[in-house]
Amino acid sequence: MTQTAQIQSIIDRFVHSDQRGALLPLLHEIQEELGFIAPGAVPLIADALLISRAEVHGVISFYPDFRTEPPARHVIKLCRAESCQARGGAAIEAELSHHLGVAMGHARKDGQVALEPVYCLGLCAIGPNAMVDDRPVARIDSAAIGRIAGEVEA
Amino acid sequence: MMRIFVSKDMASVALGADSLAEAFASAGCEVVRTGSRGLFAIEPLAEVETDEGRIAYGPVGPNDVSAVLDGSHPARIGRIEDHPFFSGQQRFTFARCGVTDPLSLSDYAAHGGWKGLETALGLSPQAVVDAVKASGLRGRGGAGFPTGIKWQTVLDAAADEKFIICNADEGDSGTFADRMLIEGDPFCLIEGMAIASHAVGASHGYIYIRSEYPSAIAAMREAIARSATKIAPFTLEVRVGAGTYVCGEETALLESIEGKRGEVRAKPPLPAVEGLFGRPTVINNVLSLAAVPFILAEGAQAYAEVGFGRSRGTMPVQIAGNVKNGGLYEIGFGVTLGELVNQIGGGTASGRPVRAVQVGGPLGAYFPPSMFHLPFDYEAFAEAGGLIGHAGITVFDDTVDMAHMARFAMEFCAVESCGKCTPCRIGSTRGTELIDRIVAKAPRAAGTLETLPQMRNARTAARSHEEEIDLLRDLCDTMKHGSLCALGGFTPYPVLSALDHFPEDFGSGHALTEAAE
Ligand SMILES: Cc1cc2nc3c(=O)[nH]c(=O)nc-3n(C[C@H](O)[C@H](O)[C@H](O)COP(=O)(O)O)c2cc1C
Ligand code: SF4
Ligand code: FES
Repeated sequence: MTQTAQIQSIIDRFVHSDQRGALLPLLHEIQEELGFIAPGAVPLIADALLISRAEVHGVISFYPDFRTEPPARHVIKLCRAESCQARGGAAIEAELSHHLGVAMGHARKDGQVALEPVYCLGLCAIGPNAMVDDRPVARIDSAAIGRIAGEVEA
Repeated sequence: MMRIFVSKDMASVALGADSLAEAFASAGCEVVRTGSRGLFAIEPLAEVETDEGRIAYGPVGPNDVSAVLDGSHPARIGRIEDHPFFSGQQRFTFARCGVTDPLSLSDYAAHGGWKGLETALGLSPQAVVDAVKASGLRGRGGAGFPTGIKWQTVLDAAADEKFIICNADEGDSGTFADRMLIEGDPFCLIEGMAIASHAVGASHGYIYIRSEYPSAIAAMREAIARSATKIAPFTLEVRVGAGTYVCGEETALLESIEGKRGEVRAKPPLPAVEGLFGRPTVINNVLSLAAVPFILAEGAQAYAEVGFGRSRGTMPVQIAGNVKNGGLYEIGFGVTLGELVNQIGGGTASGRPVRAVQVGGPLGAYFPPSMFHLPFDYEAFAEAGGLIGHAGITVFDDTVDMAHMARFAMEFCAVESCGKCTPCRIGSTRGTELIDRIVAKAPRAAGTLETLPQMRNARTAARSHEEEIDLLRDLCDTMKHGSLCALGGFTPYPVLSALDHFPEDFGSGHALTEAAE
């Protein structure tokens, strides 16, 4: 199936389900299945939900979760919020970024790993914390950085 | 077969609970996955069912399994209820969390579940609203608005359709009670929402959970599926956020569910009158709704008896950051900040002195230890220039740079601003730049525009350090009074409290609190 056909079939499912305010769940679903929301999805969504392309684009660009490009193979979301800072988060951020060779908020050029900021994971008494792909990791120290790096480079 | 209880709360899993549970299963035990008890220093925690009750061991890992099973392990805690972190708590809302299998309907019913809903269904909607009013319950999401009054407005509104929305966006750093409750006792929230639907006449409800909480989303969806017949004809649906903080603001949340950008709406109209899709809508925090089953089951009086001043009932306080005994501690209002940080929290994890605590998330004030006498109470905190918010306490030791934290507050506001109003959208960026100049001791000099000869009245001298500080206070004043919502409006709390209590970090004289003594 082409990407466009795949997107269209997801959209059709949503239109038939008659869900009110379907745009966010639909965008989540497209991203879940394809990894990102291809720009080509915008007019298809606009047509199906009877809203303008500008509205669809406005929503995609408002919410940080939605990507318009394919993600790196591994994504590390490191918490930058206060409780993790109180437990040495800033030093861990610098060390992790150095170790992986990628700046906070960016994907590495080889597409292997991206380091993204997140503002709290709700694990605030056991920081510094991160989500490594879909796995929560707590109490990150230098040794943990080594393990995380090993995992995402593999 | 031995029965072992191991939490599958996201925090427990982050600390290794999954491999512990697997090790017990491989050793031939029946493993029950529960929510977290709420003290992370003893996790991963294993509880062994015995004739004397559940005996806890923690922290333990997969290699400790045999020593736990033969009772010889040195990390033996005994009964959790007797542990000092738990014996002083008043668990009204979190009574089942850590005890039961969160998705077991029979566990839920066996531990007092559905009693509140059954009571409510035997009462008129007005009587239910009256009970919630009499309990004194105030919104746990931050603003502390009386829940019963909000419900009354929705009950009184005539409409063909009404909604119940649970705000589980929990974006505040230092908070995790909503997440723990949804993962550890989701039926309690469902019961609270079902009671609300009966009270105001709503047919459908939404639970808006932030995307950062994947385990909570999965638990909630499963719990809704399992309890659908129990709450029918009322129906529930999970909606997932998409990485914004501002969508926790109630009107931005409405926009988000409607499928729009999460921009804050001007009030009035209140959501209780014109909310989701223009219909009267109850929107409450997880903890507000989850407190309701207790109130209906045990009586409003039982809830209202506990508390302090106009803050009635219990608060699940979250002790976080650089603290030894971090976790969730549910207790009646009135406990002091110092008791929470020092006695219960045990001081810092680093062993260094406590220098500051931030109460109420990124929009809450920083307090020095000289203010630890403050009782946990909405009014007392407001009077002291702060807020209790969602009751997260973030502890910092003496290595913290408070000018840096003030800058972070401005930066966070700039990152998360919905952009609808100028004081927040522009003010936060200017504030970040201003604090950078203050810290660098590089006050702003006259720019190209001011030095044009035709700008006859423009000032050409550079600002002094004091003038930059005055300007920061001025900017905070503008944000406080000119912002549409509390993101721009309360960002001045962390900034000004840092400046007032820790001026030395901004290169200025002594703290106000010291000067006043
Ligand atoms: C920027 C911002 C973020 C907020 N985030 C949350 C949140 O994550 N959860 C929450 O319950 N309330 C949050 N609130 C408060 C809500 O607007 C609202 O007051 C609350 O959901 C009402 O429920 P309650 O009366 O039960 O507290 C936030 C407010 C603002 C201004
Ligand atoms: S204060 Fe900030 S977040 Fe709130 S409405 Fe204004 S711009 Fe939006
Ligand atoms: S502040 Fe990092 S997990 Fe909450």
